[in-house]
Amino acid sequence: MTEPSKKSNISVMAPSPTEIMRRRVRGHTGFLLGSGFVLLVLLLAVFAPYLSPYDPFEQNLNTRLVNPVWGEGGTWAHILGTDSLGRDYWTRILYGARISLTVGFGAAIISGLIGSVIGIIGGYFGGRIDGVVMYLINVKLALPGILIALSLVSIFGGSLIALVCILGFLFWDRFAVVTRSVTLQIRNNDFVTAAEAVGASKLRIIFGEVLPNVANHIIVVASLEMAIAILVEAVLSFLGLGIQPPTPSWGLLVSEGRNFMFFKPFLITLPGLAIFFLVIAINLMGDGIRDVTSPEGRN
Amino acid sequence: MGGFIGQRLSVALLVAITVSVIGFALLRLSGDLAADIAGEDATPEEIAEVAQLYGLDLPLHVQYFNWVGKTVTGDLGESLFTNEPVLDLILERIEVTLLLAFYSLVVALIVAIPLGVLAAIRVNTWIDRLALGIAVFGQAIPNFWFGLILIYVFGVILRWLPISGSDSFAHYILPTIALGTSVMPALMRLTRTGMLEVLDSEYIRTAWAKGLRPRVVFFKHALRNAILPVVSLAAVSLGFLLGGSVIVETVFALNGIGLLAYQSILRSDFPVVQSILVFVSFAYIILTLASDLINARLDPRIRFD
Repeated sequence: MTEPSKKSNISVMAPSPTEIMRRRVRGHTGFLLGSGFVLLVLLLAVFAPYLSPYDPFEQNLNTRLVNPVWGEGGTWAHILGTDSLGRDYWTRILYGARISLTVGFGAAIISGLIGSVIGIIGGYFGGRIDGVVMYLINVKLALPGILIALSLVSIFGGSLIALVCILGFLFWDRFAVVTRSVTLQIRNNDFVTAAEAVGASKLRIIFGEVLPNVANHIIVVASLEMAIAILVEAVLSFLGLGIQPPTPSWGLLVSEGRNFMFFKPFLITLPGLAIFFLVIAINLMGDGIRDVTSPEGRN
Repeated sequence: MGGFIGQRLSVALLVAITVSVIGFALLRLSGDLAADIAGEDATPEEIAEVAQLYGLDLPLHVQYFNWVGKTVTGDLGESLFTNEPVLDLILERIEVTLLLAFYSLVVALIVAIPLGVLAAIRVNTWIDRLALGIAVFGQAIPNFWFGLILIYVFGVILRWLPISGSDSFAHYILPTIALGTSVMPALMRLTRTGMLEVLDSEYIRTAWAKGLRPRVVFFKHALRNAILPVVSLAAVSLGFLLGGSVIVETVFALNGIGLLAYQSILRSDFPVVQSILVFVSFAYIILTLASDLINARLDPRIRFD
């Protein structure tokens, strides 16, 4: 007679929450595709110096406006061709990913902090404090974001740090709206009442009871805001009021390529496609996180 | 209803006042206004003279109220760049921006509503997936880049449409597509979600049980209720489109207030920027207020919430 193995014991039991989560992740094509692509871009950005023999700033006027390898006169020396100053386009796009990801992460973290604090405070305390929070959200919504961002960049300059701060400061509203309404719902739950009854401090309830339940919503919004920040950075740089040349930002590459777009269209299509696919991937990842953590909210 | 209106009005007023303070602060933040007006070669004495003339040496709150007083009477100051009254600059260009925003919204709705309804009726089929795919596409495409691609394909390769300027209706087609694409996804998703919710309700089951034709059930019974939030989002989107026109107007060289705002920011002509900022914000506040009130009128549940 043999002892029943541990394994067969587990198989009789219901799957653990982690196991359920793991199964949902495996079954979610969009999430796998999206997060896989984001991870790929992240790796490309981190290891950029090892993935290209060129320097992104190195000009070579003998090899200006070379077509990509599939175009007329294209060579394997410059897979994606060169720009109007003879800089290798693959290298420029590779380093551009660093800017986009930095801005995306940075802005999402700053706006997430601001928005979540405001939203949780409003939702938890309610009453007059919530009134102030709603007022702040309304003011933020009434201001035209792009116009404010352009003005602030023209006043404070287009350094990477300034840009991250300005975008972080501008896009906190969705975090506030979502965390506020989720906190409002959680606040009325029995476990919050119980914590209050045993005399837990407000701060402890917020961090111990509310925040863990709001966290997944914050992550979903963060992915959305990351995508939006990347798009807005591209717009600002395209308009000349973002990342300043010669730093390669995807928006700036489109703007530089614009003068040559009629006979070298790859100069605008390639960086544009880079923005497009990264943003789609982040959105797919965000939708995936939402479906996996709270599938009831799918529609 | 009276209490609801009063509450919404006071919130809107408070927000409007705050926005005007922010607009005022932006102009002061942008640099020494007196020095800008006096010009580059002005001596400190001349700058002080200008400051006194324009009341820029007064305490800030006095300056703010003076500015509000002037604004209310239609005096928005003068452009630092052209010396023209800001009001004239805006009025000359407002028609272009309003037309662009209006066309974009109409096109977005024409695509979003039928697509959202179809996706909800055929939920979880390829039609639904296609609709969601289009939404993802519209959300992710950078509209400045989309504009350039449209210019390249329709203006340069096919030569069907003009690529810059605002002289005729044809000039608006490409900018409308570029701008409309950015608001379409949200409208489509909201139509779809609304329809899904409504189609699940009791009275729709009753309508089916009565043996009504699908067309009547979907469009007469379901869509009417599902469309309410879409209408308010559309009003809000119009405000967003006025602000978002900066990018599209710049790409297509449409001479509206978006392009004016962009050029003014580049020239540090902040009196113009300030006026456009406050104008766009106020348009947004008024549109949101109007949509709230219309919704409360149509749906009594909102009033008593």
